[in-house]
Amino acid sequence: MRKLKEFIVEKLILICGLASIFFVALIFLFLLKEGFSIFKTVSPFNFLFGKSWYPISEPSQMGILPLILGSLLVTAGAAIISIPIGVGCAIYIAEIAPAKIKEILKAGIELLAAIPSVVLGFIGMVTLVPLVKTVFHLPTGLTALSGSIMLAFMAMPTIVSIAEDALYSVPKTYKEGALALGATRWQMIWRVMLPAASSGLLAAVMLGIGRVIGETMAVMMITGNAAVMPNSIFAPVRTLTATIAAEMGEAVVGSEHYFALFAIGIVLFVISFAINVTADLFLHQRQ
Amino acid sequence: MVKFTIKELNIWFGHVHALKQVSMEIRANEILSVIGPSNSGKTTFLRMLNRLNALNQNFRMAGLIKLEQEDIKNIDTELLRKRVGMVFALPLPLPLSIFENVAYGVRMHGTKNKKVLTKKVEESLKEAYLWEEVKDRLNESAFKLSGGQQQRLCIARTLAVEPEVILFDEPCSGLDPISTAKVEDAMVKLKEKYTIVLVTNNVKQAARVGERTAFFLSGELIELDKTDKVFTAPKDKRTDGYIRGKFG
Repeated sequence: MRKLKEFIVEKLILICGLASIFFVALIFLFLLKEGFSIFKTVSPFNFLFGKSWYPISEPSQMGILPLILGSLLVTAGAAIISIPIGVGCAIYIAEIAPAKIKEILKAGIELLAAIPSVVLGFIGMVTLVPLVKTVFHLPTGLTALSGSIMLAFMAMPTIVSIAEDALYSVPKTYKEGALALGATRWQMIWRVMLPAASSGLLAAVMLGIGRVIGETMAVMMITGNAAVMPNSIFAPVRTLTATIAAEMGEAVVGSEHYFALFAIGIVLFVISFAINVTADLFLHQRQ
Repeated sequence: MVKFTIKELNIWFGHVHALKQVSMEIRANEILSVIGPSNSGKTTFLRMLNRLNALNQNFRMAGLIKLEQEDIKNIDTELLRKRVGMVFALPLPLPLSIFENVAYGVRMHGTKNKKVLTKKVEESLKEAYLWEEVKDRLNESAFKLSGGQQQRLCIARTLAVEPEVILFDEPCSGLDPISTAKVEDAMVKLKEKYTIVLVTNNVKQAARVGERTAFFLSGELIELDKTDKVFTAPKDKRTDGYIRGKFG
């Protein structure tokens, strides 16, 4: 009887385990099947590097380069803003802050992570967008820059919490070793802590960027959504994610447009997969 | 000459009274062995001399510690730690090359000139009896060295910043007898130039290298005298018991 129970539980757990892989595989297959259909009519090269995205005009133009660049521009901007602030914040929390402030800060960061992205987007729309408009004297505040700033806020919690973990797990002995040689706190952090935690810090940054590139709602609301080649960070852009979200509802199932949106999904998938794998490599290097 | 003067030193970590009314002197160019069972306060005592205890947030102290004529509280912490170097129980190379490990401290204290650095690294490695073993592979990672070599690397790193006093915190606890002998040789040579305080769990090591020996028990300094006196005719029963291995 006990053996039978054991057997059943074991198999049930096995099924649970397999199910998750099975579903991922199904999703992936579906994505590939639908996405690759676009390449019957548009060559992959023209799809990836075509400069105009007019999916429903006659004849349609399916070039997603403006969207890729839009995503990259917003992501790069967000990374430039969030990495120094995030890592700095992690250093402060892990090394410098007294216990009380540390608790408050950590709670604050978690709270930031808990804000739904649509709410952040909404707040960005009514506060950040007008600010960007007046500060830079732009015709509109719905720009890549606004998106970057907003997304930086979203990447920050990920970066801070993982970077703080990485710094925290640097052996205490390294710290004492450096201090015993007469290092100041900053010398200790710069020459010992950061190098020793480097792989974890890189992983933090990669995961933060992964979060940014996959983000949809907030960017859709505040980047202006113009599918044109971006020529500066002060111009409206449209990202890969926002394109799918905005157009999927009106695309006719089975049409070229529909397949093209799936193909964008594949591109996104490849990008975030690459980022996650890189982050993973760094994390494992540490262990 | 007296290097350290310690008067009525009391240390607490939170509610734990780790050192009680310790008064003693440490003379220049001697090797002072500090022995005692675990939790006797000997490591706390050692880490007091370079104020490393102050890293602990619950740390409180009362009493006076003077390095030569100056209260160590009035010495800039970084400068104090440069003058009073420390070698830890576990060999603790930084995640850098052999050369950079030794050059690290020197660089930190402001030397940038490559020639000076190279010379300093060579000198320090020689003083730590490591030069012959590593001179052809200075750019390899320090983690490739054996445990004993790593410990001597740490000694070299400490020497490179030209300290006056070197604190050894159970430097051989993780080493085999041959490596231990090498580290002990290095210590005996080093006392010509430096003052050495050696905390050790190994009573025989204290007898081999120490000129004077201090015995701590439960945070109190029980006995401090010439090593052969402590070992052959201890004044206190508890010292006698510890040395003979009756407890600890």
